[in-house]
Amino acid sequence: MTTAGPGERKTPEHETPEHEALDRETPELEAPNHEAPELEALIARWRARLEQQPAVDATDLDELEGHLRDRIADLGEAGLAPDEAFLIAVKRMGSVDDLSSEFAQEHSERLWKRLAPEPAAEPATHGFLVMIGFACLAAAAVKVPEIFGASLVDDGEFYARNLSLFALVPLAGYFVWRRGLPAARALRLLAAPFIAAAVVVNVYPFEDGSDTEVLAVLHLPIALWLLVGVAYAGGDWRSSRRRMDYVRFSGEWFVYYVLIALGGGVLASLTQVAFSAIGIDAGEFVSSWVLACGALGAVVVASWLVEAKQSVIENMAPVLTRLFTPLFAAMLVALLGAMVWTRRGIDFDRDILIVFDLVLALVLGLLLYAISARDPRQPYGPFDLLQLVLVVSALVADAVMLAAVASRVSDLGLTPNRVAALGENVVLLANLSVSAWLYLGFARGRRPIASLERWQTAYAPVYAVWAAVVVVAFPPLFGFA
Amino acid sequence: MHIPKDLVAASATPLVLGILTEGESYGYAILKRVNELSGGELQWTDGMLYPLLHRLERLGYAEAAWKVPAGSRARRRKYYRITEPGRRALSEQRRQWAVITGALGDLWHEMSPPPSPALQGS
Repeated sequence: MTTAGPGERKTPEHETPEHEALDRETPELEAPNHEAPELEALIARWRARLEQQPAVDATDLDELEGHLRDRIADLGEAGLAPDEAFLIAVKRMGSVDDLSSEFAQEHSERLWKRLAPEPAAEPATHGFLVMIGFACLAAAAVKVPEIFGASLVDDGEFYARNLSLFALVPLAGYFVWRRGLPAARALRLLAAPFIAAAVVVNVYPFEDGSDTEVLAVLHLPIALWLLVGVAYAGGDWRSSRRRMDYVRFSGEWFVYYVLIALGGGVLASLTQVAFSAIGIDAGEFVSSWVLACGALGAVVVASWLVEAKQSVIENMAPVLTRLFTPLFAAMLVALLGAMVWTRRGIDFDRDILIVFDLVLALVLGLLLYAISARDPRQPYGPFDLLQLVLVVSALVADAVMLAAVASRVSDLGLTPNRVAALGENVVLLANLSVSAWLYLGFARGRRPIASLERWQTAYAPVYAVWAAVVVVAFPPLFGFA
Repeated sequence: MHIPKDLVAASATPLVLGILTEGESYGYAILKRVNELSGGELQWTDGMLYPLLHRLERLGYAEAAWKVPAGSRARRRKYYRITEPGRRALSEQRRQWAVITGALGDLWHEMSPPPSPALQGS
């Protein structure tokens, strides 16, 4: 196809010279003559404005830009200066808003950001295969012990102690690969803690079903998850920005994991029902293969999804935070109000510490994800006030509870569970107290919100250290009971 | 002369399909052809042509391909070519328009002659 269109053929005396001029002129426009850079900058700015419209994609932009350049070239032929030609061409193109809404009507699907990754990009495909490899590694890890006679049903405690290792060692490996961390450095940073964890949980002579064992099972994933953060940060784990990225990643990972788990649940139960309809009992296969391998593999798959999609869909954790912050703030204020109104001390009960640990952890999570999605330049607003109410009322409620516990500390008895719960309470309380103080400083315009972000990221290793203490030091301290 | 939006929208599809029967073409050339066919009376907002072309492409009435026209350093352009379903749709629309223009033509014929464009102003 040499000619550009029928128009040129119909009126050669007018159109053809123009067309030729156009083909001649285009390189000139791109060449560095004295007027072109200005025109190029104008076109680039126009394109950038259209680029922000979700309904217009890059191919459309190329098409529209080609049109604009054709129009400018034609107008230039008619004797207009490039900037005048540009203004007229843009005017004739239509306003960005009109264009965007016209395109949105035709391409409404583009307004729904696609979750399924684009298959086109070549490196992405490679990354996908490597991800599948690591996911299979995690899935295999749960099956390999069976070769040596362990079984999910009979050796539940062995699996409970090691499950986080099965899942998180491949995940750390995936991030080491993904970030291109040199093997020697990765081993230096990660190998010792992972091996130590594996040794501790498997060599310690836990009594069957003892409290210290349950505590180790609960705290090991926390410590190891933070260790994975070192790999996630590509070894740059001291950087506050990377730590905040890991916080964001963790929230998104959790959302994706829950979604995958829901889908997996549907798959498993449908498989079971469908096979039982033809008289085959698939229950054993489903639970020992589909669910076990799926749950482990999904840890890596969810991470890959977060990484692949981080720029494509809006992060869910901050959205959920926005939704639930007012509700939890209202709940806590109501709780405080009820405590004052009824003048009832807290009924001391053995789970009260754990309940308040959960409340504090939740408040901390809401605070963290509100900060993580926040534009640091945004001034103090009504949502900040809510956040402050949330944190302060949680602190007051916790202080009342601690006072109640302290007055009866002699009845308490230092069981491992209580020490762990108390320690967690102290760790969270310390964080939230300083957070509240920093937030107040921000509310009064004395501090930037970034100081709160830095405090949160600086505090992260405290959780890892505390969780490691519970895993490593508690069992011998309490005689593995 | 101002032509109302509804009328422009209704006539756009047969116009573009009709122009494409003359040979494959790209957006800017199609617009120039519309301009020429209507004697400059039918002025579209340039950008609005593209969603229409994309709709024709989605309906299967036209196929599009990026090509670099001959000419050493010319820019690549997205060319549209009418398809067989496109031709069928066009002939369907052509029959519909024939009914409308025929009816209107009879009516105009019975009425007084149309006012000359010169008196219309612009």
